[in-house]
Amino acid sequence: MTEKIQLTNKVEAINWNRIQDDKDVEVWNRLVNNFWLPEKVPLSNDIQSWATLTEDEKLLTMRVFTGLTLLDTLQGTVGAVSLIPDAITPHEEAVYTNIAFMESVHAKSYSSIFSTLASTKEIDEAFRWSTENVNLQKKAQIIESYYHGEDPLKRKIASTLLESFLFYSGFYLPMHWSSHAKLTNTADLIRLIIRDEAVHGYYIGYKFQKGLEGASEERKQELKDYTFELMFELYENEVQYTHDLYDPVGLSEDVKKFLHYNANKALMNLGYEAMFPATVTDVSPAILAALSPNADENHDFFSGSGSSYVIGKAVNTEDEDWDF
Amino acid sequence: MSPAALADKQNAGAHGSVEFTKSNLIYFSSVSENTKRFVDKLEMEAARIPIFATEPQLISTVPYVLLIPTYGGERGKHSIVPQIMKFLRHDENRANLRGVIGAGNTNFGEYYCIAAKRIAQKCNVPVLYTFELMGTSEDVLNVKEGLETFWTPASQNRQER
Repeated sequence: MTEKIQLTNKVEAINWNRIQDDKDVEVWNRLVNNFWLPEKVPLSNDIQSWATLTEDEKLLTMRVFTGLTLLDTLQGTVGAVSLIPDAITPHEEAVYTNIAFMESVHAKSYSSIFSTLASTKEIDEAFRWSTENVNLQKKAQIIESYYHGEDPLKRKIASTLLESFLFYSGFYLPMHWSSHAKLTNTADLIRLIIRDEAVHGYYIGYKFQKGLEGASEERKQELKDYTFELMFELYENEVQYTHDLYDPVGLSEDVKKFLHYNANKALMNLGYEAMFPATVTDVSPAILAALSPNADENHDFFSGSGSSYVIGKAVNTEDEDWDF
Repeated sequence: MSPAALADKQNAGAHGSVEFTKSNLIYFSSVSENTKRFVDKLEMEAARIPIFATEPQLISTVPYVLLIPTYGGERGKHSIVPQIMKFLRHDENRANLRGVIGAGNTNFGEYYCIAAKRIAQKCNVPVLYTFELMGTSEDVLNVKEGLETFWTPASQNRQER
């Protein structure tokens, strides 16, 4: 790479006893409490399950994880780092360094999965595929070009779309395996990554919205148009990428619903309205249940027309600050 | 009532920094304002639980539904923010609570909307609805219609049986 990534111009000693934005501390604490390493997850318990997959399914899984590795590498070494010079507070800078490090942990996690389940030859082939797949390379290039761009708020848009949208064509697969009781430990690890990405997307999206405060109407409109244009560009590429990967196993249509569902959430993280209507975001319940176990309990009391009205039995909760 | 909650109550009284509300919908939203945006789209009268300790404390005088986000702590710890805890330490606010609506993100897995679920369980009321982030237009419609039906006399009688 010839061009240099911009560094922050002036560094001041960070004083955590004088906080300008409470969100910085809140998110820092949340990220620190969520810290994990792949070694904590007993991936080797998935070896038997891996052996039950067909060759096509193994190939798909390797490719999906290699694609995710590329995105996490990009976000760890370029994306999160490129946000540092634009930080409004020194604590915001610190949060980005935490995000960057965790992205590197995520990238390394896929290698842990590979080394547990696959042979060196299979791993090398998957990495070679990742450098040759047009749509995968294109998605990395699109995002990277915006990271090298001049506009700090556009960098935040690109970063939020990566964190909250671009990972999900890949995240679908381990959730699919998990819903079939396969590679369940791998799915546990991926759920930790999914949780982290939610905090990253929320925080970067929040800082984007802070940056919009006080901007002119023209500027706000420019950034909104830009967000939707970039989303469409990435979406079209994601659809191609999804077909490349999932057509052989017949899952493309459901993966696309998952893309729509997460595109909506990415836009909401940036403070914009959801774009895809409910008719195209109806991801299969098995995937949602794998993503969010126990969340499918009936929590739509309204549509239950009250007939199944049952008050939960009061049980002692364990929350240590629950006190009344 | 715990000593802390009692002291809280006395402080609130002593300083007179209390605001009474007749809203049927009370919500919390942090400075990121995701939840506030959802509430704005409902176009209903709603009261906001104060973010800062210097603001007057909110006391409910009529039955209401609580709408709150979840902040994902490790294994669901600290999922209920101190401001909501403080609000619920007032006896009136627990006595008038009829149901909870949760905002969250399914990325937090089994802890999706855990704050709403825990409050509902502890206070013996139902979780009425859950939605993600600032909610889709379908969520807005479901909650709007759901709340309108919820507050009809027929619905209220059925719940008291």
